[in-house]
Amino acid sequence: MPPLSTAGILIRLGTIGAVLLCPLVLFAYVAGWFSPGRMTQSAMVSRFEEVNGNHPGFRLNHAKGICVTGSFESTGQAIPLSKAVVFQAGRVPVIGRISLAGGMPFQADQAATVRSMALRLVPAGGEEWRTATVNIPVFVVNSARGFYEQTLAAAVDPATGKPDPDTMNAFLAKHPETVKAMAIIKKSPPSSGFADSTYYGLDAFRFVNAAGVSVPVRWSLVPLQPVSANPVHASTDDQNYLFDALIGQIKAHPLQWRLMITIGTASDPTNDATLPWPDDRRQIDAGTVTFDHVSSEATGRCTDVNYDPLVLPSGIEPSDDPLLSARSAVYARSFTLRAGEHAEKPPGPLTAEDVGATSK
Amino acid sequence: MIPTQTVTFPTFSRLLHWLMAAMILAMLLIGIGMVASVSKRYAVLVAIHRPLGIAILVLVVIRFLNRLFDPPPALPAAMPPVMRWAATASHVLLYALMFIMPLVGWGMLSAARYPIVLWGSWELPPLLPHDLALYAWLRPLHTDLAYLLFATFLVHLGAALFHGLIRRDGVLASMASWRRAPRTAITRSTGA
Repeated sequence: MPPLSTAGILIRLGTIGAVLLCPLVLFAYVAGWFSPGRMTQSAMVSRFEEVNGNHPGFRLNHAKGICVTGSFESTGQAIPLSKAVVFQAGRVPVIGRISLAGGMPFQADQAATVRSMALRLVPAGGEEWRTATVNIPVFVVNSARGFYEQTLAAAVDPATGKPDPDTMNAFLAKHPETVKAMAIIKKSPPSSGFADSTYYGLDAFRFVNAAGVSVPVRWSLVPLQPVSANPVHASTDDQNYLFDALIGQIKAHPLQWRLMITIGTASDPTNDATLPWPDDRRQIDAGTVTFDHVSSEATGRCTDVNYDPLVLPSGIEPSDDPLLSARSAVYARSFTLRAGEHAEKPPGPLTAEDVGATSK
Repeated sequence: MIPTQTVTFPTFSRLLHWLMAAMILAMLLIGIGMVASVSKRYAVLVAIHRPLGIAILVLVVIRFLNRLFDPPPALPAAMPPVMRWAATASHVLLYALMFIMPLVGWGMLSAARYPIVLWGSWELPPLLPHDLALYAWLRPLHTDLAYLLFATFLVHLGAALFHGLIRRDGVLASMASWRRAPRTAITRSTGA
């Protein structure tokens, strides 16, 4: 082979450079370096910190909560719909977390704040199921971007103690689905406390049975405790009155919720958590969740758990709801962040002593 | 002397190399795309990332054993010692990363107590105890090693093209040639 001329070498080096640039550009494109407007996990984290401040070691959202443990006893009624191990007749341990929405771990309990119950059902042989539910029948937004904008619009102005009306109105003008959802939510005012709240999964999923038949579903947790519209005690000097009431109730007797599965039809929307399904949809009682033990986040088993809605057993599949992927992605980032801040996490609003001292 | 007869890698070695090259490049792109997305793409990418990573782990073990039993052709004798050293070091690094990356991924998911679902009800057991501090150490390590793997891949690709276009010493052709491996033709003019 004849030796290369200087020009030949330069051209060939240039070619090598150009070839190497291709994977680099592709990598940068996928990483979003060319699309600053893309909704990313980092953008969502920044938005939470912008609105709530920085609280090292706590969850970005639903920051104030406590751990509960107990079990799920299946009725077996969901078996024809889903092959998931958790629905086989029998009892499965549950590690739960009950919390208030919002990114401020030291917020004072208020009746109007959204309450949530997260479940981690852990069958002995694997195939665990995690789900997070809240006490509103539909969600206020139907997309990641909607949530991103709503978080800012609903941010409380420290001067007035309320969200800025102009920002909120501008947001609502852009999001008619939120206006409709808020009207639905208004029709079911919050119950007296955590124990008598009904919690809704909001997002649609799909159940797949042993024959491979897939149906759209939503689920809710309906309390077996009697429901009262009156607050447990509206004491203003107890910042934790909702949690304290719950702790006392669990210590007095186990609390139970029925896991109700609502089966949708092909015409029911599965990609929009702001839209309710018609009231006459068939419901089945899949089993009962019982909580008989409560502990603080400092000592509880829920603290180090990411209640990722896409941790699903075979037999439960995600729907086309875009919020599922968004929640999974942002929860994962939040989990990683707080894991890294583990050492600097201060004691929470409800310490092990608080939980221990709360009487019946 | 420039060799006219190129000794190629054994066919199975070339098959493993190109299969894993595609898988690893896909894996790097899936990984970086995953952590920069909240769209429906996220769930799809995560669902591919886990089994693909484990497949790479299995394949790198097969590849390592294959390399022991069916070694690659020697480097051209004319290669300067520093290039030789760089070739060996970058290959050791590539093998180490191909092996360690999936293990760090598996380990970090274990420490976080995510179920490691490969497909349907097929799950891997946790590799490590449920420990947030361990997860907090492994999770950024997974990212750092991914960047290192991407950088090493670029160096590897650049070096291969340098061999093919500038040095023209048969090293690129030994892996990139479509010819069947001349199993018996081990004579090479510059071979050791």
